[in-house]
Amino acid sequence: MRKFFAFLVSVALLMALALPGVAAPQYLMMATTTSTDNTGLLNVLAPAFEKAAGIELRWTAVGTGKALELGKNCDVDILLVHAPNKEKKFVEDGYGVNRREVMYNDFVIIGPPSDPANIKGLDVISALKKIRSHEALFVSRGDNSGTHTKELKLWKEAGINGLDKEKWYIQTGQGMLNTINIATERDGYTLTDRGTFIKYEANHKGTPPLVILVEGDKLLLNQYSVIAVNPKRCPKVKYDLALKFIDWITSQEGQKVIGDFRLMGKQLFVPNAAEQ
Amino acid sequence: MNYILEGFIGAINLLLTKDPETYSAIWTTLRISTLSITFTLLLGIPLGFLLGHYSFPGKRVLRTIVDTLLALPTVVVGLLVYAFISRRGPFGELGLLFTIPGVAIGQFILALPIVVSLTASAIEGMDPKVYLTIKTLGASNKQAAIASLWEGRYAVLAAAITAYSRVISEVGISMMIGGNIKWHTRTITTAIALETGKGEFSMGIALGAVLLAFAFFANTLVSFLRRRA
Repeated sequence: MRKFFAFLVSVALLMALALPGVAAPQYLMMATTTSTDNTGLLNVLAPAFEKAAGIELRWTAVGTGKALELGKNCDVDILLVHAPNKEKKFVEDGYGVNRREVMYNDFVIIGPPSDPANIKGLDVISALKKIRSHEALFVSRGDNSGTHTKELKLWKEAGINGLDKEKWYIQTGQGMLNTINIATERDGYTLTDRGTFIKYEANHKGTPPLVILVEGDKLLLNQYSVIAVNPKRCPKVKYDLALKFIDWITSQEGQKVIGDFRLMGKQLFVPNAAEQ
Repeated sequence: MNYILEGFIGAINLLLTKDPETYSAIWTTLRISTLSITFTLLLGIPLGFLLGHYSFPGKRVLRTIVDTLLALPTVVVGLLVYAFISRRGPFGELGLLFTIPGVAIGQFILALPIVVSLTASAIEGMDPKVYLTIKTLGASNKQAAIASLWEGRYAVLAAAITAYSRVISEVGISMMIGGNIKWHTRTITTAIALETGKGEFSMGIALGAVLLAFAFFANTLVSFLRRRA
């Protein structure tokens, strides 16, 4: 019995001591949004970057709001996010530097094929107004993410306020795919980026219970950017590695990886770093 | 119905083919939980003995506080630890956020009250004559304490297992402190949360089964040791 305890403790200590040896020599810590992770894009980008630059990319997938917060707290080296207005403010306030646009896709409004509010083919503002007037169930991220920020902006432009207390408006506080799944269970409408929708389509083997009803509106553009965390505010961040990543992902090579990324034969993100 | 069946088949497949992502999450879970439970026991058992054995003013209040901490929600632990180890926080220099030791600290805080409280109960429940007999045999205080704990070893072991079960099954701390980073801090529970969110049921089921297997193994061990005694 005593021997057994001694054995347990030594195993534990061995595992504890083995800890430092596993750390990679060079790695970059990124905070990003759930859409880049859920779709699998980062699973392709990270190995390609490691191969090109010899730097390991580690990421934590949170909403854009939380990602910016992690950047403010100096907890990550770089951000890959999609809420342009918030990003610009982040840079203006001195939290971030070297913001570069990387790629875009678009947002779409999806809902049940029966389309109770009759929004199919409408422009986004009229669609939201119709959802409001029919009091059709709308599922919101409600998590301060890039998609949520976009959604709130669209409601505002449609002149609709006080959503928080509406019975037909529910807020999940979860990631994009989770939110689509909730909308599916409740037969509701939701706003999603197209990349995550294609992933959802793939999960359902091409026959998803919710379908795209509104798309192609200029207001629905979804721009992703990278921002390095400001080394002047956060001396510990790996600014040189962050710059290498920004250089790589905006280079032809990095942009090609993004453009070549496909699910079910569909392109999820359009690289646009060169357009600036 | 089909997707549930597909999930199970996929799960078995992942485990049999030694899918690296699945095994990485299992290994990370083992490393974090072993680290946290070791330090929890090293500190928790002596503290539990002190709390259970000695009478001192304020003991009852302290006991109530420890018992209250048994209900500590993991997200609260996660939040507190984050506030302290974020680069902006007082221990930011150590760079513990998004690391295995960082998560282990959170789990240590979660598990410590469990071990202290259950060990204290075990000692309190023991016949006081045991300790006195040991003392009259000429044992020092430290020797007597160790001998008493040895007498109550099954209750202490049960405390350890309870704490371990809590640690391997928690998700809040691992998610908030670890950040669910692939190949590094993605544990069984955070992977299940993520994979389910992505609609990948197979990996969730496979990992869930492994987690239950761990718990089953730990409990079998305890009942085996108890039977041998």
